Amino acid sequence: MANSSNNSPALLDIAEVSKSFGSVEVLRSVGLQVAKGEVVTVIGPSGSGKTTLLRCVNFLESYDSGSIRIDGKEVGFRDGGARQRRSERDLAGMRAETGMVFQGFNLFPHLTAAGNIMLGLTKVRGKSTSEARAAAEHWLGRVGLAHKADSLPAELSGGQQQRVGIARAVAMEPKILLLDEITSALDPELVGEVLAVVRSLAEDGMTMVMVTHEMAFARDASSRIVFMADGSVSAVGPPKEVLAAETTNERLRTFLARFRASHF
Amino acid sequence: MLSQILYALPFLAQGFALTLWVSLLVVVLSLIAGVILGVGLVYGPAPLRWAVRIFSDTIRGIPILVLIFFVYYGLPAVGVHLQSFWAAVLALTLFKTAQVVEYLRGAVASIPKGQSEAAMAIGLTFRQRLVYVVFPQAFRRFLPPWINGVTDAVKGSALVSLLGITDLMQAINQVIGRTYEAMPLYILGALIYFAVNYALSYASRRLEQRFAFIRD
Ligand SMILES: Nc1ncnc2c1ncn2[C@@H]1O[C@H](COP(=O)(O)OP(=O)(O)O)[C@@H](O)[C@H]1O
Ligand SMILES: [Mg+2]
Repeated sequence: MANSSNNSPALLDIAEVSKSFGSVEVLRSVGLQVAKGEVVTVIGPSGSGKTTLLRCVNFLESYDSGSIRIDGKEVGFRDGGARQRRSERDLAGMRAETGMVFQGFNLFPHLTAAGNIMLGLTKVRGKSTSEARAAAEHWLGRVGLAHKADSLPAELSGGQQQRVGIARAVAMEPKILLLDEITSALDPELVGEVLAVVRSLAEDGMTMVMVTHEMAFARDASSRIVFMADGSVSAVGPPKEVLAAETTNERLRTFLARFRASHF
Repeated sequence: MLSQILYALPFLAQGFALTLWVSLLVVVLSLIAGVILGVGLVYGPAPLRWAVRIFSDTIRGIPILVLIFFVYYGLPAVGVHLQSFWAAVLALTLFKTAQVVEYLRGAVASIPKGQSEAAMAIGLTFRQRLVYVVFPQAFRRFLPPWINGVTDAVKGSALVSLLGITDLMQAINQVIGRTYEAMPLYILGALIYFAVNYALSYASRRLEQRFAFIRD
């Protein structure tokens, strides 16, 4: 697994991205490169811009300056540097290359577990219904829900719903998977089953950027950890370095200390 | 008395057929126009949104009776002459369209933003998001008020009798004029309107159950 992005060209290249909501600057010249196969975990206090950064990567949110490239292609703007927003069709195509898993699952309640997965496969990837069904069953098997293919989301537990959410995202075979606090809405006893799925995807080499408060998981499963504070990247490095209690980064030390105090 | 009513039945049936025909036209036309304008109101550019908002608020602010007279007696002043039948259909359709716009807006607004975002994230285009994700869910919220509105349309269609159109209401009045059997005929009329609307309500409850896929 790649530990550093310095020698291989970055799959995801975020450069000097800034964004404001009104007069509030939420991202301040954020830079981050993620190599293929890396698992990068983003931590930081609430309101530090983690969610916004992830949403910019698949252009659910636009940004004011800087660039975000996946495989060298600017995500939200047309090639040529004029900062012209891509057409709706182009944007949809770009978004299909990144998978996203949401804190609130956001499963389509009118579709079964398999139906949730099949929608993108048939309408975006152009697979036939039977191909899509086979793929859906494959991925449901991967997340341990082969027997729930025909259940509606309302019939599933939170942990099961989130595993369907993951299956829906990875079935599209995205180049990169974005996960935003995907266990935060779950009862504690259901967190483990979801993290186990993420871990197995990481072992398969799926490139991921993940926002989480599960520090133990971040430490064990990440190639690198990014610490965000006040809209900028305050620290980045291997888990052991970033999570070291004796870090010289004042804000990081405060965050970790507060975190330990409230979570252990 | 009974024989007189029996004698008038074919005539009443004709009136009833016209009532159903007016209702059907109004319901279908207003559904098409209302959904198009409603999508414009929710997703359109600002000028379109304002235009639809003004249309809807204006129409809903006018009593339906005034709207019918306005279309029938007012439009000729600007050179538009409609037969009473089409004037009635137009007026009722305008009225219903404004309602459908509001039902659609409310139904779409009730779908959490996360649904559209999840649909975006898997690469669906705007049109696909509406067709496969937003509308199927919004449909469930749209249905109950809309069916209520359909029963309103059936009842409201009785107003076209004011333009001299022989719908069920007018037919009943004419038969009463000939037979002086007011009470039995009004009761018969009420029963027919009730039967139609009861059937509609029943159908809507069945539909709602069928689409009750969300636990809430
Ligand atoms: N749609 C929005 N409109 C206005 N402000 C927003 C919006 N989304 C987020 N913010 C603000 O941006 C800041 C960063 O939010 P967010 O990216 O959600 O942080 P995090 O995920 O790290 O908690 C917060 O101050 C938040 O209030
Ligand atoms: Mg967040």
